[in-house]
Amino acid sequence: MSLLQVAGISKQFGGLAALTNVSLQVQPGERRAIIGPNGAGKTTLFNVITGELSPNGGMVHFDNRDITALPVHTRANLGLGHTFQRNNLFFGLTVLENVRLAVQHHRGIARQLFRAAVTFEAVTAEAVGLLEEVGLAADKEQIVSTLAYGQQRALEVALALATEPQALLLDEPTAGMSPAETKDMVQLIDALPPSLTVLIVEHDMDVVFTLADRITVLHHGQVVSEGMPGQVRADPTVQEIYLGAESLAA
Amino acid sequence: MIAIQLTNTRAWLEAHQRLVLAAAAITAIAYPFVVKPYILSLGIEVLIFAIFAMSLDLLLGYTGLPSFGHAAFFGLGAYIVAYMTSRNELALGLTDNLLLALPVVLLATALVAVVVGFFALRTSGIYFLMITLAFAQMLFSIAIRWSSVTGGSDGLTGVPRPALGLGGFTYAFESRESFYFLVLGLFLTVWLLLRRIVSSPFGMTLRGIRENEQRMRALGYNTFRYKTAAFALAGMFASVSGLLLAQYFWHAAPQNLYWAMSGQVLIMLVVGGTGTLTGPILGAALMRLLPNFASTYTDRWQTLLGLVLIMFVLFAPKGIVGVLRGGRKQP
Repeated sequence: MSLLQVAGISKQFGGLAALTNVSLQVQPGERRAIIGPNGAGKTTLFNVITGELSPNGGMVHFDNRDITALPVHTRANLGLGHTFQRNNLFFGLTVLENVRLAVQHHRGIARQLFRAAVTFEAVTAEAVGLLEEVGLAADKEQIVSTLAYGQQRALEVALALATEPQALLLDEPTAGMSPAETKDMVQLIDALPPSLTVLIVEHDMDVVFTLADRITVLHHGQVVSEGMPGQVRADPTVQEIYLGAESLAA
Repeated sequence: MIAIQLTNTRAWLEAHQRLVLAAAAITAIAYPFVVKPYILSLGIEVLIFAIFAMSLDLLLGYTGLPSFGHAAFFGLGAYIVAYMTSRNELALGLTDNLLLALPVVLLATALVAVVVGFFALRTSGIYFLMITLAFAQMLFSIAIRWSSVTGGSDGLTGVPRPALGLGGFTYAFESRESFYFLVLGLFLTVWLLLRRIVSSPFGMTLRGIRENEQRMRALGYNTFRYKTAAFALAGMFASVSGLLLAQYFWHAAPQNLYWAMSGQVLIMLVVGGTGTLTGPILGAALMRLLPNFASTYTDRWQTLLGLVLIMFVLFAPKGIVGVLRGGRKQP
């Protein structure tokens, strides 16, 4: 039984069809990448799955539940964690406060009104543990806006991980990163527990072929290919899209 | 230069915390017995408006919700207590007992806040500001028009000073001095409660919403509910200040609900500094005291107030608290 099921999703922006009849299924523990040239509809599909956008047609099922009409926060509580393409953090708070916000909700204490947040030591300990995992423990007292871009990117992932999702959706986790930062990020994602389902939208082909078990290729809002990395690489349609796109860009 | 000196002062204050607290306690207790009645009256007003300003800061400073209709809850507190306790032909005149009146006022304002919040909190920014303003002005016009209940433009007069009654024991806060201690007690209670709330996980949640509501939802927070809770809490604390003002002046007036009142408390926050509890207290003190002292020297004291506001917006956008902190980074 697949964990995430996208069936016949369509999304229009005005007259523009961003997605047309897109379907895909992701198995538990799978590492799935969604690729495609600019404007293929990758981020639109991502946002439909996370609930940031609602589709014009089709259904999204997660863990045997129809989540098509559910708001973002309910999906998150069902175990669908996601990061953002552009860093979307609590920039005026410290690194530790950022992760504590995620942990305190997940641990069900966010409604506590009359006890200081810092006295919930288990929450702080858990947050520090996560920061060690992503290599930010030394910077935990820094205000997020003063962090380097790559560090903010890592915090982006740490926040999503703090909710202990069943499936982690990553929207271009290495976008705008230097080669060294990209390497760290790939290592971080690669080291995630095998039971965690990961769906990643990505531009960088090296990253995709390092991490993914299966790849879905979008083009003009439609699925044009899907399979193991080797199959997708050998698919003439995919080659044409990418070569065509590159020759257009050149 | 000034900032450096003030930072040193602050360091000294922090180093001698017990001494400062003891001095503050003695001053607060001795205050009504050593100052002139007029100055005592000013102190009472400052404390009442400090409660009002702190309550708005829970919305504006901590949750990032710019309400321009906070006078609605201030006025509701005043009118509800007036309607319940006044002994005139319009009102009910049920009880003087604060232990009965206060819970009713708190509950009623919380209910109104939840209903108003249900609509207003679907918007944000300038739209939220306009909706809250419209709601407060609606209450204002009801207070003016529905004169058989509200007393129209005269408001409700004859609001008695409250008493504390528990079992057979009763204490009435009749005199100005005793009423001062009631106001001081409620001010300290609200201040301590808010201090707890803003540092609690709930308070951190509100800060998270202020910083990035979209991310809070992605983490699983139902932000609408938390904002509703903040709106209701802020309304309840504001109603306490409105209740006290009505009891102090024996009068609930339509001006308590007017947009100028909402504006006044916003100015207190801008001048004092948002996102702290000290800021609203200092802002309330400055904006209540300045007109009184300035008006003894000049008729154009309102111009002076305007200039002070402009100076703060231009040169000290973080208010008095920002100036006191000097270059220090906010924790």
